[in-house]
Amino acid sequence: MTGDYGAVMARRGEIMRKSVGIDYERFSRGRLAFDYEGMMCETGYSLDEVETIQRESNVGNTPLLELKNLTRLVRTLSEPGKGARLFVKDEANNPARSFKDRRASLSVFHAEHNGYKGVVAATSGNYGAAVASQAARKNLGCIIVQEVFDSKGFEQPEIAEKGRACEAYGAEVLQLSVGPELFYVFLLVLEETAFFNASLYTPFSIAGIETLGTEIAEQTRRLTGRDPDVVVSTHAGGGITTGTARGLLKAGCSATRIVGASVNLQGLHMASDRDFNRKSFTTGHTGFGIPFAVWPDRSDVPRNAARVLRYLDDYVTVTQGAVFYMTEALAQLEGLERGPAGNTSLTAAFALAQTLPEEAVVVVNETEYTGAGKHPYAQLAFAERMGVEVRRGDPEEERPGSVIVIPEQPRQIRVAPVDLNRLRASYVRNACAALGEDKTVSEEDVAFLSEDTRLSSEEVRRVLRENGVSVATA
Amino acid sequence: MTVARRGEWVQIRRVVLPAGSRAPQVPEDTAAVPLELKVKGFLVEETARCGETVTVRTSLGREHRGVLASVDPPYDVGFGPPPKALLGIGEELRGMLRGKVERP
Repeated sequence: MTGDYGAVMARRGEIMRKSVGIDYERFSRGRLAFDYEGMMCETGYSLDEVETIQRESNVGNTPLLELKNLTRLVRTLSEPGKGARLFVKDEANNPARSFKDRRASLSVFHAEHNGYKGVVAATSGNYGAAVASQAARKNLGCIIVQEVFDSKGFEQPEIAEKGRACEAYGAEVLQLSVGPELFYVFLLVLEETAFFNASLYTPFSIAGIETLGTEIAEQTRRLTGRDPDVVVSTHAGGGITTGTARGLLKAGCSATRIVGASVNLQGLHMASDRDFNRKSFTTGHTGFGIPFAVWPDRSDVPRNAARVLRYLDDYVTVTQGAVFYMTEALAQLEGLERGPAGNTSLTAAFALAQTLPEEAVVVVNETEYTGAGKHPYAQLAFAERMGVEVRRGDPEEERPGSVIVIPEQPRQIRVAPVDLNRLRASYVRNACAALGEDKTVSEEDVAFLSEDTRLSSEEVRRVLRENGVSVATA
Repeated sequence: MTVARRGEWVQIRRVVLPAGSRAPQVPEDTAAVPLELKVKGFLVEETARCGETVTVRTSLGREHRGVLASVDPPYDVGFGPPPKALLGIGEELRGMLRGKVERP
């Protein structure tokens, strides 16, 4: 496996086109604009098809569990009449034990259906195990490329565990040291093998998550007689928020508030060899959540089907220490040992439920399995080994990379809102930068940016003007 | 020194991009170290010692070259000791639900 870095990266468009089999150009409508719904409709799968594929793959139909003790705890902290009912979608019940099986089942089905001999995924997360598990069922080859260790050889315990799981399903696991050139290795593997790119961000991967939204809608109605008032998802690359929101809308939950939650890792550089092992969360954090919100097309496909600014009503952050605290609370009060990264949404939901009326329903989207390395004990012991201080105290004192603060009281668990309008403007600025020398766009581009960010046309035009971009008159 | 024999399950390491040839956008600390790859497979050579350049055949039947790093590479990630900062939480929360006073 060799190749000049620059030359391989220059071939990325061609390699990706062959490896996903989608002609993205077909949906292009301007320099920036593309037909998102057209792409989802023509290259994705219908809800009925997704349900059939997932049923056949043993994926989905996971339970929605009421968290009665955590709801009681919420109410001890809330003003009278406040304290919403908490439910959790227990996605750890999927075959490879996370919601990522929903995406993987579609990717692997699509790969097999289109005659690919194997699948490749660039992922340090649960998705690797999900793809490996689905590929094993279909007798397809599977290669997972993951970022695992720093230059001193220390492996992030959670990622090491995920690598083990991939190998348990028979995958070849390429384990890399820290750096974004993982993508270069991924491209080389795609070229060498002509395998399918089981990207997290294809239309079928996102279509695979829509069932999460429809199941939440149906189960919440059955259990409570109402639509969910709020669905809180752990936000990283944007897939779960986008897919779940689309599913909820298809099920008619038009009033449900869509909330994204990420662990705050502000100040840590995601490509830094030094910072890599100073974070205790490998996903669900702001290091993915913010960059993917403000420029979704940074992904491994030309057009990312996960576009959260279209769906998010609120975006909040929580601290690492608060998530570890809630992971412990979920185990000790509800008898559910899950996470920890998946419990980012639980932590945000716990704080948000205190502000909502008692009759309201908050759904926590979702749980993931826990295990050796992938557990608060392992993460905190590793953090201390890497020189991070771990103590109890006021979560406000947490400093990512140097101090993790486990709250002293549940009432100290709060969410910090992220200004979505700031992210929307940042998206438009990134779009301006992507234009290159020619700073002219069409009315269709303006309409697309408005739809993709939920900014008004006037607001889009203002940001375009500020960045020296003019709108050509038709 | 460990000797591996043909067909044994081993792990190899290889430098993919040496320091100085990293992607232009990486921060200084990352640019100063090589991008390394580790992969496991069955040893192709008759015998080899750790540190020698060898070929492995992976679970997919693909071959990779690299320096032999370990034989029967273990999965040694565990849970570790229960952290002091988490140990009291369960009791505190159960106490709160029983209407007892909160942790001071």
